[in-house]
Amino acid sequence: MQNQPILQVRGISKAFPGVQALSDVDFEVYPGEVVALLGENGAGKSTLMKILAGAYQKDSGRIYLNNQEIEFTSPHHAQTMGISIIYQEFNLVPTQTVAANIFTGREPLHRGVGRLLKMVDKQEMERAAQEMLNVVGAHVIPTDMIRSLPVAERQLVEIAKALSFDSRVIIMDEPTSALGDEETQNLFNIVRSLKNQGRAVIFITHRLKEVFEIADRIVVLRDGRLVGSVPAHETSIDGLISMMVGRSLDQMYQKETSDIGDVVMRVQGLTRHGVVEDVSFELRRGEILGFAGLVGAGRTETARLLFGADPKDGGEIWIDGKKPSIHSPEDAIRAGISFVPEDRGNQGLILLLSVLKNEVLPTMSHFTHYGLLDGAALQQRAQDYVNRLNVRTPSLEQKVMFLSGGNQQKVVLAKWLMSNPKVLILDEPTRGIDVGAKSEIYALMSQLARNGIGIIMISSELPEILAMSDRVLVMCEGRVTGIIDRQEATQEVIMAYATRHASAQGTA
Amino acid sequence: MSDITAPPRPANAPARFHWRRIIRGQEVGIFLVLVGMILFFSLSTDRFLTSINLTNIMLNFSWTAIAAFGMTMVIISAGIDLSVGSVMALAGIATAMLLARDNSPFAGPDGSVPDAVIPLAVLAGLAVGALCGLVNGLLITLARLPPFIATLGMLQIARGIVYGWSQGWPVQNLPGNFMVLGRQNIPVGSFNFPLPTVIMLVVGIIAWIFLTRTAWGYRIFAVGGNEQAARLSGISVMRTKLMIYTISGLLGGAGGVLLTARLGVAAPTAAQGYELDVIAAVVVGGTSLSGGEGSILGTLIGAAIMGVLRTGLNLIGVEAYWLPSAQGIIIIGAITLDQWFRRRQGKSAGFARLFSRGGR
Ligand SMILES: Nc1ncnc2c1ncn2[C@@H]1O[C@H](COP(=O)(O)OP(=O)(O)OP(=O)(O)O)[C@@H](O)[C@H]1O
Ligand SMILES: [Mg+2]
Repeated sequence: MQNQPILQVRGISKAFPGVQALSDVDFEVYPGEVVALLGENGAGKSTLMKILAGAYQKDSGRIYLNNQEIEFTSPHHAQTMGISIIYQEFNLVPTQTVAANIFTGREPLHRGVGRLLKMVDKQEMERAAQEMLNVVGAHVIPTDMIRSLPVAERQLVEIAKALSFDSRVIIMDEPTSALGDEETQNLFNIVRSLKNQGRAVIFITHRLKEVFEIADRIVVLRDGRLVGSVPAHETSIDGLISMMVGRSLDQMYQKETSDIGDVVMRVQGLTRHGVVEDVSFELRRGEILGFAGLVGAGRTETARLLFGADPKDGGEIWIDGKKPSIHSPEDAIRAGISFVPEDRGNQGLILLLSVLKNEVLPTMSHFTHYGLLDGAALQQRAQDYVNRLNVRTPSLEQKVMFLSGGNQQKVVLAKWLMSNPKVLILDEPTRGIDVGAKSEIYALMSQLARNGIGIIMISSELPEILAMSDRVLVMCEGRVTGIIDRQEATQEVIMAYATRHASAQGTA
Repeated sequence: MSDITAPPRPANAPARFHWRRIIRGQEVGIFLVLVGMILFFSLSTDRFLTSINLTNIMLNFSWTAIAAFGMTMVIISAGIDLSVGSVMALAGIATAMLLARDNSPFAGPDGSVPDAVIPLAVLAGLAVGALCGLVNGLLITLARLPPFIATLGMLQIARGIVYGWSQGWPVQNLPGNFMVLGRQNIPVGSFNFPLPTVIMLVVGIIAWIFLTRTAWGYRIFAVGGNEQAARLSGISVMRTKLMIYTISGLLGGAGGVLLTARLGVAAPTAAQGYELDVIAAVVVGGTSLSGGEGSILGTLIGAAIMGVLRTGLNLIGVEAYWLPSAQGIIIIGAITLDQWFRRRQGKSAGFARLFSRGGR
């Protein structure tokens, strides 16, 4: 590490209507350094990074690049000055290809006359894109449409895009929240090599273990203020939690063994060709069934089939011994199934609408008198869940698009937790959620289970799966490769089942 | 599970009614434009602020406003309905055909039509409008046509039916008791409210309650804001869209019937180009073409702005030829100002969405 910071800010403040997002924050990063930026949801992390990347304008304070004061006028400006950012909420154009997204605005051109006509050299663009995709270990091809990709692959495309700028400072806003272990390790290798090349990396995450694996220094924000900056080897997870939350958390995973009752959902031979093959399982009342597997194993797709979001090619679903016909989410909800999707921005929320409207959408029809909504009752419920999950919002009327990423996730959870289903399917429920709220969500899950709800939890975080599940269903390449009891579930066992395909194919 | 699903209700439940919500920042911008225009015309001519003139203005934008309330819902759902002008004409003709002296199937031996037919004819007009809207909705949801294309087709089809049915002739000689609908004034104090205006206000209040206080209204906003997320929230996008376009057709039909009652004749060229006036009222009223945002109150103000402009220019002696240019300037000016008012919220306009595929 050298003693000249490459990027330095002094006394940065930024307010939004109703929120002071940052107050008088100092921050710096040195070449060859990896800084982890931590803080609760809504602490101001993304806002600070967006200011550094030229996406937001600061209200006051100074920014220095190589000791020269600088005003970033636009994201493009910051980019040309060597700062690139991976946004927390994806910034890809869904209707364009992977390659076009990576090279937006700087597409390689044909030589000769083609250059004059600004003709894009597609082959070259796809070749270069493929190179970047290989680096990040994405399983997509450059001509794939973004909108057809699962969240994890989109995240990898974002990372590939940011790396392709050859920047001196690379900001990663929760890059691992959508990734599995393998992709995360791969990303860490990339971060290490960036570091060795003398570049600076700023890394935001809510997974505290990662911090110790990758960061040299840790900076903590709370309520828009700087709480502290410590070398990573001088602190511990508990130390970080009390810096972030202002108190210590006694127990993260609040798993209570609840009475497991009758079968509430039985699934037989669920199939959607090419993605989900012959999936069968039973879910009991009060049970938390973890869905584990690698990215792309077909867990999300299975959930979407159960919820009627996609048409199935075969298979049967019983709820409470009856066989409801489920052809749409509407049917599924009526049958008592709720589904928290993993992609909050596109599937979970209507960003333009208020916190209140988003929360009550699936349940509002139960709160009508003579056709009119009971506004007071709806507000009451919405406010109750906002309090429970500690959603930071100036009011229930705030549009969801103005909430921080983690707070948006809490709104999606609130929306479905209040729907009182028989079966609750959670797809990466704690994605991007801070430690305090995480333990609150685990407590809520336990409580729901105790109340007799059957819960399916899809998660790429093995510790979460291991701590919360009564049984773990493992998938690989669209098939169920194993269903493991809580006592026997260990990281090794799950990983063995999750990579079953190699041996299975060998014998087939 | 009571402690999770039915939290105890604290004594101080939040109030349901907030003035702030009615006059939100949203509508303030264009409301100021309206006030500014009224001030300008009042200062320019003393013939503007007379009760006769105000009555006239209100009357003149009543049918536009009624149709625009339906259009507001359509545009909030990120759609568009280009057919409303033709639908107004078709509903007007349908009603007139049932009421015209000598030509009505209900005409007596002396050619006169009994008054009892009037409600039936009005209902028929409304039904024709609703039917056109329903067909639009089916084309958009089942045939998955973009709303722009489906309703452009309906614009032509309905107009063609109007011409073919009437053979190009205006349908006239309507019963006096029918024309009352468009011509009656309701005195409130010393001021005369035209009946169409009263009807418009009643429809507006119902539409406002519908949009902001019912589950259907929430669904319309949800579908317009993000169709995929709406579907995953258990909303039937198809049913919601069918309803929206049917309402738009119904309200277009209502506007057409009132217009016919006012004019006393259903001309085949009636309401030609009205779709643009209606859309203008909605967008001037602050409803976003990219969907998910908008309000009935805004549309009412938008329609009023266009009405005030038309009459005001006339009164200060601007030739009618120039009116379209003035309307264009007001549309552009009002929306520019409106965007300036909410710059910090920033959301791109979404013409592209209008051409994208419809869906369930
Ligand atoms: N564009 C905006 N308009 C209004 N308020 C905003 C906007 N962006 C952020 N905020 C508010 O500023 C605060 C800080 O948000 P920020 O996104 O920086 O949090 P964060 O630390 O990144 O949280 P998370 O861990 O949830 O991503 C939050 O209260 C958020 O609601
Ligand atoms: Mg953030």
